[in-house]
Amino acid sequence: MISIQFSVFAAVFLLFAFSRVVLRFREGIISRREFLFWTFVWAAAALVVLYPGYSADLATRIGIGRGSDAVVYIAVILLFYLMFRIYVTIGALRREITQLVRVLAIDRAEDTSPGHHKKK
Amino acid sequence: MNKAKIAVVIAAYNEETSIANVVKAIPRECLRGNPITVVVVDDGSSDATVKVAQKEDVMVLRHLINRGQGAALKTGFDYAVQNGFEVIVSFDADGQHKASEIERLVKAVIEKDLDVALGSRFLSTKAVNMPFSRKLVLKAGVLFTHILSRIKVTDTHNGFRAFRAGAFQKLNLVQDRMEHASEIIDQISKHRLRYQEVPVTIEYNDYSKVKGQRNSNALRIALVMILHKITK
Repeated sequence: MISIQFSVFAAVFLLFAFSRVVLRFREGIISRREFLFWTFVWAAAALVVLYPGYSADLATRIGIGRGSDAVVYIAVILLFYLMFRIYVTIGALRREITQLVRVLAIDRAEDTSPGHHKKK
Repeated sequence: MNKAKIAVVIAAYNEETSIANVVKAIPRECLRGNPITVVVVDDGSSDATVKVAQKEDVMVLRHLINRGQGAALKTGFDYAVQNGFEVIVSFDADGQHKASEIERLVKAVIEKDLDVALGSRFLSTKAVNMPFSRKLVLKAGVLFTHILSRIKVTDTHNGFRAFRAGAFQKLNLVQDRMEHASEIIDQISKHRLRYQEVPVTIEYNDYSKVKGQRNSNALRIALVMILHKITK
């Protein structure tokens, strides 16, 4: 059973999290696809908090004993997926930074051989 | 190929004590009149590497921030390709390589019409004072590369190589750090470049042992290469 106190705390947090999603979307920081993804994630979390019966139902359907276990399993899978996405994104960012640094280096190449003491 | 323009690219990160001697030792022509230009790529050093290099007869390229040896070498190679150099040699900044052997690699590329000549310290006995543990790790690297990239070379992490510029352009190199050495071998195999290994000397002096790779890095390199194969 989920206690009332926890439900209230979770509901307030979820509202806060969702408000951030809306704000970031309005500011144009996240795309429509990302907005829909995060709306779905928080809506699913809200559903589980407000109607714990759903998660128990889902748990029995996928063969997991307790509703809370099913929630934790799904959350872990989601976290791993997001971590993978971040791993790939950081790799891409690093490459982009290197490309920038490279272009700057080549553009500003300095020839210090005799007779070429000015910047190219 | 008559009078090929040759670039010797040196990636330098905090090498103020060694860079001048390394640069001075490099001949400015080889194989009877092929001009050599030395390209020093400073990889965001925090010491006086740039100032020291600028006093020498070289091209100096500067990474504003440190991006790793692989990134710095590629910057130098890209610069050489864009400026019409025909043969590009990568050379270490810590004095491990012998400048007199540059000609041997360039000669292999030009006279044997190769895409790339790879230096190897394991063809004949050309590794001076190599610690046994390093030898073990390098041999493991050879086996790993053989399995992962399906190419048989005797020395996968040897930074002494000569590329024909046209062949280098075919490679898509994205690894910024030490993984670039494995990546180069991998891409040589993928693009079926004509390569040959050439015996070179690697001298393990006290300076290079401190500046060089730690054996523990090998595992990280292997992991990055596997992950790259999976996620690309």
